[in-house]
Amino acid sequence: MSTASIEVNEVSKRYEIGRRQTYKSLRESISDALSAPARFIRDRLAGRASEGSAETFWALRDVSFQIQQGEVVGIVGRNGAGKSTLLKVLSRITEPTTGRLVLHGRVASLLEVGTGFHPELSGRENIYLNGAILGMRRSDIRRRFDEIVAFAEVEKFIDTPVKRYSSGMYMRLAFSVAAHLEPEILLVDEVLAVGDASFQRKCLNKMESVGKLGRTVFFVSHNMQAVTRLCPRAIMLEDGRVREDGQTARVVTSYLRSGLGTSAAREWTDVTRAPGNDIVRLHAVRVRVESGETEEAIDIRRPISVEMDFQVLTGGHVLVPNFHFFNEDGTCLFVTVELSAEWKRKPRPVGTYRAAVHIPGNFLAEGTLVIAAAISTLDPVVIHVHELEAVAVQIVDSGGGDTARGDYVGQVPGSVRPLLTWTTTVVPLTSRQQVT
Amino acid sequence: MTQASVPQSSVEEAASHEAKFAPIVIEPSRGVSLRLQDLWEFRELLYFLFWRDLKVRYKQTLLGGAWAILQPLATTVIFTVVLGRLAKVSSDGVPYSLFALSGLLPWQLFSFALTASSASLVSNTQLITKVYFPRLIIPISSVLVGLVDFAVGSTTLVALMVYYRVVPTWGILILPLLIVFVIVTALSVGLILSALNVQYRDVRHAVPFLIQIWMFATPVVYPSSLVPARWRVLYGLNPMAGVIDAFRWALWGTRAGTGEVILASIGSVLALLLIGVYYFRSVERNFADLA
Repeated sequence: MSTASIEVNEVSKRYEIGRRQTYKSLRESISDALSAPARFIRDRLAGRASEGSAETFWALRDVSFQIQQGEVVGIVGRNGAGKSTLLKVLSRITEPTTGRLVLHGRVASLLEVGTGFHPELSGRENIYLNGAILGMRRSDIRRRFDEIVAFAEVEKFIDTPVKRYSSGMYMRLAFSVAAHLEPEILLVDEVLAVGDASFQRKCLNKMESVGKLGRTVFFVSHNMQAVTRLCPRAIMLEDGRVREDGQTARVVTSYLRSGLGTSAAREWTDVTRAPGNDIVRLHAVRVRVESGETEEAIDIRRPISVEMDFQVLTGGHVLVPNFHFFNEDGTCLFVTVELSAEWKRKPRPVGTYRAAVHIPGNFLAEGTLVIAAAISTLDPVVIHVHELEAVAVQIVDSGGGDTARGDYVGQVPGSVRPLLTWTTTVVPLTSRQQVT
Repeated sequence: MTQASVPQSSVEEAASHEAKFAPIVIEPSRGVSLRLQDLWEFRELLYFLFWRDLKVRYKQTLLGGAWAILQPLATTVIFTVVLGRLAKVSSDGVPYSLFALSGLLPWQLFSFALTASSASLVSNTQLITKVYFPRLIIPISSVLVGLVDFAVGSTTLVALMVYYRVVPTWGILILPLLIVFVIVTALSVGLILSALNVQYRDVRHAVPFLIQIWMFATPVVYPSSLVPARWRVLYGLNPMAGVIDAFRWALWGTRAGTGEVILASIGSVLALLLIGVYYFRSVERNFADLA
């Protein structure tokens, strides 16, 4: 049974720049009225704001899509692409300028965790207050109260004002209320960006189970890993328009490709502006799979090569190309430098070079892999080129049992995910064990 | 974890839920509708916001609810000394302190409700920008909080009436109606001011001033009988003038002659309410973008 849960038809939303973030003082309005009375009155009559030269800005333009009941859809896009506006329109917080949306079923929107929490009130009181704000009935809250408290792990402090809570307890309680909503449609904005890692994992698992309950989930996030795993389908927004809509792996790939240079390949065509100095300049950095193609979304099992093209402008220096690998949290996973005997400790003559490092499959963890490229002299240390975020790719673990995650479907911790060999043998009982 | 084991029944549950709820259609609004049904739908939220404001009101105070008694009592003492004793202002035949308190209690209910409601939207920005609900709930819940202080403060009036042996008339039966009238007056003006406050923060500075002036245009510390008869109807356009006269009439039956004031007040409060709700509804769609 596939019935539409959310229908969005040619929705646009216009903001007037200047009115968006700032409020006006009455004095300004009065002075507007006095300086141009005719225009002021005309605008007022036309129902317009008194911003004669107001610049308009379309946060959403002709956005259309349909989501079936039970679908879990991720929304991706850069800051300012319109994700939050779309969510606000769907949540009925702000009205669309044109277009029409239809929502079938009860809606709960989580644009923020802990909306309406009052610091002076106790945990218990805040559960009721927050529940009511999120649209729960009092009877629903009462029925699920113990479950909410247990999930948040705050049993002991339930009658303490939340202002005395640690930030972790506060977040857990806030998310817990939200996690126990029972709407048919759940709109979620990046709320998982907070809290400690283990609680984030718990939340993601909870969201996964919500999706499996036949609810429609609409999930906005910058966390590509979470989107890839939670949402079979993704919609990418760009400048307020739907740029792509389809299978998450494909959409995420084009999202990463559309980035400002952070794609799997990057070339500096204007040599004078390429990273480097008078000795050496970087020309290109690429991530290739075995076939030689550059790809943004790479299966965790496939080996990859990371290469850099560089031009030596002044000969006679010992130059060591090296790569630094980071995950999306900015943690440096490892560094690798060129150690081939051919060039080790040898001055390089003028010329153009291509240096590549080969990374085996089943070694990197899933998620975003950001690669920095550098060319250095090691003794004494001189850094000639250091390009942070030279390229980035997405490592995708689609499961299937033959990767390091085995049959586990949850979030796997760890900065790398090598597939290692285990040996397990049956150990016969020894006499010593028999005694104890 | 337990949820994962019962997906089947929950899908059915979700499906049956859907049957019960009409689809929500979101479109750019045309014109202004009251959507009272929406308001009814969210009545529990109204209750919880009221309850929150009430709970928080006297948190971390030394005297707590005693403030509700101290405030009208202290003002009554000051006015009794200055106006009753020194200036010898008329009090229509009842002791001046009783006269002043009977005006101050509804007046303080009004001034609290007006102050709270005009600030209400701005102080709940966090909710407005993150969750949907009929925005009317916020000013409504904020005016209701004053009722509790009023109820507590009224005990002083009862005590003073017993002390002066003033016997109430049957008119006290309409007191609840008069209290509603005060609340509606504060709400009507509060709706306009709270909505204006979202865009123009000047309101915050203007409200205390407005309340001060308004008090002098209201028979709180002087009787409306001091106002010349030909100005009475005009005077009554201030709804608080009519309702405070009516309070005193209900309590001890003074001066039925102020009827025209009361009628003018009823007319003007209805007009104010219409304007307030209409204005609020017509601008509320922009609250989230402006706040």
